Amino acid sequence: MPLIFKLALRNLFHDRLRFIATVIGIVFSIVLVTVQMGLYLGFERMVTTMIDHASADLWIVPRGTKCFEDPSLLAARNQFRVRAIDGVVDATPIVIGFAEWRMPSGNTTPVFVIGSNIKSKGLLPWNIVDGDLEALSTPNAIAVDKSYFDRLGISGVGSSAEIRRQRVRVVAATNGIRSFTTTPYVFMDLDKARAHTGISSEEATYILVQLSPESNVDTLRRRILEATTDAEVLTSTEFRDRSRSFWLFGTGAGAALFGGALLGIIVGTVIVAQTLYSSTKERLIEFATLRAIGSSSAYIYKVIICQALISAVIGFSVAWLIDTAVVRMTAETALPIIITAKLTLALFLLTLLMCITSAIAAIIQVTRIDPIVVFAR
Amino acid sequence: MTEALIEAVEVAKVLGSGPGQVQALKGISLAVKCGELALLMGPSGSGKTTLLSVLGCMLTPTSGTVWVRGRSTDGASAEELAKLRRDNVGFVFQTYHLFPTLNATDNVRLALDVRGEKRKAAVAKAKDALTNVGLAHKMASYPHELSSGEQQRVAIARAIVGDVSAIFADEPTAALDSENGKAIMTILSSIANDHSRGVLVVTHDARLIPFADRVIYLEDGRIIRKEKNSVSHQ
Repeated sequence: MPLIFKLALRNLFHDRLRFIATVIGIVFSIVLVTVQMGLYLGFERMVTTMIDHASADLWIVPRGTKCFEDPSLLAARNQFRVRAIDGVVDATPIVIGFAEWRMPSGNTTPVFVIGSNIKSKGLLPWNIVDGDLEALSTPNAIAVDKSYFDRLGISGVGSSAEIRRQRVRVVAATNGIRSFTTTPYVFMDLDKARAHTGISSEEATYILVQLSPESNVDTLRRRILEATTDAEVLTSTEFRDRSRSFWLFGTGAGAALFGGALLGIIVGTVIVAQTLYSSTKERLIEFATLRAIGSSSAYIYKVIICQALISAVIGFSVAWLIDTAVVRMTAETALPIIITAKLTLALFLLTLLMCITSAIAAIIQVTRIDPIVVFAR
Repeated sequence: MTEALIEAVEVAKVLGSGPGQVQALKGISLAVKCGELALLMGPSGSGKTTLLSVLGCMLTPTSGTVWVRGRSTDGASAEELAKLRRDNVGFVFQTYHLFPTLNATDNVRLALDVRGEKRKAAVAKAKDALTNVGLAHKMASYPHELSSGEQQRVAIARAIVGDVSAIFADEPTAALDSENGKAIMTILSSIANDHSRGVLVVTHDARLIPFADRVIYLEDGRIIRKEKNSVSHQ
C-alpha cells in the first residue's frame, strides 16, 4: 500500500469520531442531493409519461398549450383536413379532462379522464395486468391503474362506479400508470370521454398525427399548420420539453429541487471542510515533521487530498446504499425517485469534487506551517 | 583537511519584529564536518536551536551565508530549502516526532517516501536502518509500544536512512534516562565515525561531552568558545 495512502487512511481512522462525523456529513449531503435529483428525474418522467406512450409523430395542440394536462380545446374537424394531406397516415383526436368519480359507497373523488378511439393507435392504456384492452370498446368500459383501486373504492376488474352520474365498469387494470398530481387516470373510449367531461363532439383536446415513415416531418408540419386553425403543431420531443419546462420551471418545482440539491452540496462541503480542517490542525506537528524531513508541499497536499478522497469514497458508498433503499421504497409511489447510471456517476464525481474542495481550507492551513515548530518543547 | 558538509559564514538571524524583535545569532561562523560529532552547548536562549535551524535549512539567515555542500542557500525558496534538507540533512528531535499511526518501519520509510523512493527498496533500507540502531526486533511496533529510548532510536534510523551527510540532533537525550541517553549518544558517535557523515548535537547536558570531537559554546547569539575534545569516543 502506498505510504501516502496508508498515512491518510490511518490519520482518518485514528480519530474515529471525527471520521464518522465526516462520513455522516458526506452521506447526508449526497443522499439529499440524490433524492432531489432523483425526484427531478422522476418528476421529469412522470410529467411526460402520456406523451411518451402516445402513438404520434406530431401533436396538433390548441395554440398556447403549456403542458399535456392543459384543458384547452381545438376544433375536431381539423382531423379531416389533416388526414387529407399526403404523407399523413392517421390523425386521431383525443380528449382529456377532470371529472367527478362516485364510488359505490357514494363518496366522490376527482379523476383525470383520457379518451381515445380504441380502434386507432392514439393514447391507449399500457401495462395491462388484468382484463383486456379490446373490452374498452364495450359500453361504459374503462381502464384504471391497480394502485388506485382503494382510492376509487373498487376491488378490480368487474367493479362499477359512476362518472358524472353515468355508470362505468372496470374492464382492464394497468400497473404503474400513475399521475404525479395523484389524480387517478381513467382511460375510456373517445365518445364516452366526451360525455364524461362535457366536451362536445366538435371539439378535441389534441389530435395525434402519424406520418408515413418516408415523409419529411418539417414539410408536413408546415402543411398541417396551414390546414389547421388556432393550433400549433409540435413534435413529441417539443411537446415533452414544453410540458417539462412548464411543470419543472413554470411552477417553481424544478427550482425547489435544484435549490435543495445545492443546499445539500453546500452543507456537505462545509461539514467535510470543517472536519478535515480540524483534523489537519490537530496533526500540524506531524505535517511540520514531514516538512522538516524534507517533504515537498505537494507530498503533504497529497496526504490531505487522499484523506478527502477516502472520505468521499466511503461516504458515497454508504449514501449509495441508502439511495438504493430510497429508490425501492418510492418505486410504487406517485412520484418515484429515479437514479440512473449517469446520475450515479455524476454524484460520485460531485462527491469527489466536494471533498477535494473541502480540503482546500486544510491545505491553506498546512501551507502556513513553519517546520521550525518541530523544535518547540 | 576535513570536508565541511554545511558551513555558516558570518550568519546573523533576527527573530520577530517590532518591540519583540530578538537578534538570536550575531555573526556566527561554523562548519559541520565529515567524521565529526560536535556538541553545541550554551544556556537557554543562547541561540543553539536557531543556529541548528539555520544550518539545517529550516530558517534562512538575516545576513551571512549558509553553504550546503558548496551551494549557498541565499535566496532559496521554501521548496528549495526542503529539497536541501531532503538531500543533505537528517533531524533527530527531543520529542522524537514519530507518527503514532505508523509502525517503526513505516516511520523510517517515510523519510524515503518523501524522496520518491520505490516501496520495496524503501522497506529494505528502513529495515536495515532499524537493524543498525538495534531495533531489528521492533520493526512492526508502533510508537506507543516502544520505550522512549527505542522511539529515539527509530527517529535516528529515520534521520540516517536517506543516506544524508549531516545529522542534526536537538537535545536528543533530554527526555531519556542516563542509560538510554548513553545508548543514543553511542549510536550518534558511530554515525560520525562513518567519516562520510557529520553530527551536530544541541545539548545542555555536560555528560555528553566525552562523546564529542568538538564542543562549541554559544552565549547571546555568539560563539564564545570552541574546544577540541581530546577524550576518545565512548
